[in-house]
Amino acid sequence: MAEKKLNRINLSEKDYEGAASTMCRGCGHDAITASIIRAFFQSGVDPRKVVKLSGIGCSSKTPAYFLSQAFGFNGVHGRMSALATGANLANRNLIPIGVSGDGDTAAIGLGNFCHMMRRNVNITYIVENNGVYGLTKGQFSATADKGSRMKAGKINDIPAIDVAELAITFGATYVARSFSGDRKQLAPLIQGALAHKGSAILDVLSPCVTFNNHEGSTKSLKYIRENLDPIHNVDFIPQYENIEADYKEGTDHAVTLHEGSRIVLHKLNSDYDPTNKTQALTAIHAAVAEGKFLTGLIYYDPNRLEFAEELNLCETPLAELGQDLLQPPAELLDEINAEFMK
Amino acid sequence: METPTINDLNICIATENGSGSASANNILFKAIFKMGIPCSSKNMFPSNIQGLPTWYQIRASAEGYLGRKDVIDVMVMFNDVTAAKDIHRVRDGGIILYDDSTPLPPHLKREGVQYLGVPADKIVQKILPTSPLRGKQKNMLYVGALAYLFGIDMETIKAVLEDTFGKKPAVIESNLVCIDAGYRHMQENGLNQDIARFQAIPNGNKGKIITEGNTACALGTIYGGVSFIAWYPITPSSSLAESIEYYLPRLRKGNGKPTYAIVQAEDEIAAAGMIIGAGWAGTRSMTCTSGPGLSLMNESVGLAYFTEIPSVFLIVQRGGPSTGLPTRTQQADLQLMYCCSHGDTRHIILIPHDMKSCFDFARRSFDLAERFQTPVFVATDLDLGMNFWGKVLTAEQIEQWEKQGKKFRRYFDADGDGIPYRTIPGNRHPHASYFTRGSGHDADARYSEDEKDYKETLDRLRRKFETARKYVPKPIVEMNEGVKTGVICFGSSYEATREARNRLRAEGLKTNHLLLRALPLSEEVKKFLEAHEVVYLVEQNRDAQMAAIIKEDWPELGAKIVSVLIYDGLPVTAGEIVRQIFNGAQATPREVLRQVQVKG
Repeated sequence: MAEKKLNRINLSEKDYEGAASTMCRGCGHDAITASIIRAFFQSGVDPRKVVKLSGIGCSSKTPAYFLSQAFGFNGVHGRMSALATGANLANRNLIPIGVSGDGDTAAIGLGNFCHMMRRNVNITYIVENNGVYGLTKGQFSATADKGSRMKAGKINDIPAIDVAELAITFGATYVARSFSGDRKQLAPLIQGALAHKGSAILDVLSPCVTFNNHEGSTKSLKYIRENLDPIHNVDFIPQYENIEADYKEGTDHAVTLHEGSRIVLHKLNSDYDPTNKTQALTAIHAAVAEGKFLTGLIYYDPNRLEFAEELNLCETPLAELGQDLLQPPAELLDEINAEFMK
Repeated sequence: METPTINDLNICIATENGSGSASANNILFKAIFKMGIPCSSKNMFPSNIQGLPTWYQIRASAEGYLGRKDVIDVMVMFNDVTAAKDIHRVRDGGIILYDDSTPLPPHLKREGVQYLGVPADKIVQKILPTSPLRGKQKNMLYVGALAYLFGIDMETIKAVLEDTFGKKPAVIESNLVCIDAGYRHMQENGLNQDIARFQAIPNGNKGKIITEGNTACALGTIYGGVSFIAWYPITPSSSLAESIEYYLPRLRKGNGKPTYAIVQAEDEIAAAGMIIGAGWAGTRSMTCTSGPGLSLMNESVGLAYFTEIPSVFLIVQRGGPSTGLPTRTQQADLQLMYCCSHGDTRHIILIPHDMKSCFDFARRSFDLAERFQTPVFVATDLDLGMNFWGKVLTAEQIEQWEKQGKKFRRYFDADGDGIPYRTIPGNRHPHASYFTRGSGHDADARYSEDEKDYKETLDRLRRKFETARKYVPKPIVEMNEGVKTGVICFGSSYEATREARNRLRAEGLKTNHLLLRALPLSEEVKKFLEAHEVVYLVEQNRDAQMAAIIKEDWPELGAKIVSVLIYDGLPVTAGEIVRQIFNGAQATPREVLRQVQVKG
């Protein structure tokens, strides 16, 4: 019997799995779940430090299908960003991963989502984007492209919200786009997001094989495959693996993440610097104009503090403070009361 | 001629908001307080920053009644816009103090009251000819005039100014000059009155403090160990969050870095979500809001209820529905809190009735939220004993349990009280984690649509609520032998009800009293209803919301309740309670409607 491959904390990839999926057969979400499992396994993250959060929708069910040893919280529709903000500040040692969909993030949860990024809350936030409401059987979502056709024939005539563009605009500090079917690109991007401190947003195109996979849809498996426009190939080099990557001066770009991990981007076409915000937005606009899906690490801001740091919170997680620290001495109350008597 | 009463006076000051009168009123009130006289103040202000009418009432009461009084002895008429109405609000024989820089127009003259003038405008123009603050300082003139008329000495006023503006001698001086000018004007022109005098009571207010509910609640939450606050600005609860923010750095020093996080959220929906996330991850977390904010938070409250996450919601009620009267008071969100969110829910509500209980209840609300793993509205003191973290299992405890053959199951009723055990994210035991979800789940927190699992969860949540009856603050009951009439009140109606009962007794109607302090209701309420032939229930809403809640628990006793309903947005007065009780009060909201229809 072949020996199981173990990672640096002696866990096998199987140890990162969860309950059996209840998605439709062939759903892009299941492929993303597999990439998440791969990323956690490769990075050797302790599942017991992870918290999995989600909202409502097909995608929001998926945290049950990976990391069964981690705590999970499947909240209400569109409010995962708020739950994550609270959980994050309550215990900054936890490693939060959120899984949401395009309705949950870009429609009902849009406000909370934007403000979470504005605060740069530490989280790996994956949007499983299929342009359609699956659980309610096939209505257009806010990321449905203009001109895309619904299964029943209706044409969408309202422009889409581009999650990556939105994320860059609102202050997310790690913004990537990928495709559920491209594990080679997606898994290292998730690893990078996990190593990043701040709001890491991954807009992952994930075809809905049941309600949005027909001719005329711009989120069908076929259409997406034909229109992917990768900026670069992506390698993730964890900080504990002190190896030289296949790095070519001039054509490759290395991004050093927090704690010393690195992402190496092997450029495919033009010069692309993911720390250049204007260039990132221009590239997205250009791709959208051509009906293409720009993928890769689109934007990265190495300088901004994450929210808990911005608030200068004490090192001990708030949730672990003892009663002695939480309850002020009675004398101080007497002092304040004396001031009220004046 | 009247014989002057001693320390019994109700002054109403009519001004424009934003005109600097708040500062003048505050000085006047603090001076009376400093003399040791029992007193209270109420601010009836508009939802506006500048230029709209506002009324401030100061009530001194020798007998120590702190509720608002509807009979006004003195009207300070400093707002031309409302003057025509204000003159009729003073009782016969009362006093109107006005600015007589210009002659009083005929339509503001009224029989049966004494007019006293202080030329405030003229005087400030003379003594502060160049000050840009002249308009604001003119309010200090009525402070001086009232001080002379009713016997507040200038030394006391000076001491109050020093307490208030300690580090700003120039401000003390300019205020003092104006107050003194008002005082001397009355003195030098022989302007006097004989309805009332203030007389200092040595040590009269010793040990008492002036504070307002939001500050008391804020301090309570800090002593309750709050670590996470998310809120969205809304009148009248904003000052609560701001007070917490003000006092936390001083009270929770930690080792230099903040041991708490405060987030001003983008809306109330986010605020509620954040505190639930933080409560789930193990901090004592809270939000504060008012009616409209609570409406937005409904869905999240249901999530916290169904997933059993401790969280505290401090609700400062205002006049609704919708935007309603943002700066007025009401108790009309009671049922919204009690059954907050869709589906079958029932929530714990603590109802403070004075400053001390604001502090105590805010403090203990966190203990209750932890104990019952549920959202708690408002807060408590009581015989709870410390129960800081409730049924939280550590990794070591799970190990112990497993040695004894017991398993940690998130939603299993191990103790039969409806309260399950929980673990907190970060717990490293391999069997500690679970998946929290707002959808149907079984005792092990697994997704389930099984009807048996679902019903079991709902029944256990109800069991938990029944357990809570024994742990929430008990009512305070006053019973007298042979008395067959009862009065129940709660919250801010307490002071006015206390006064009303004394007035009823003077008129020959003896009553017993029950002060409700929390929901769910405890057995004491049932006993109280059983012991009386008729029970008047005072509440500040139209629909008799508390009566409905009592009738839900004990329908057979519902017929004994006669509702006293006050919902004009103003603080309750004893006079109104007495009036309604003697008029037979309204039995039900439907009764109110019928009366309106008959009249119409």
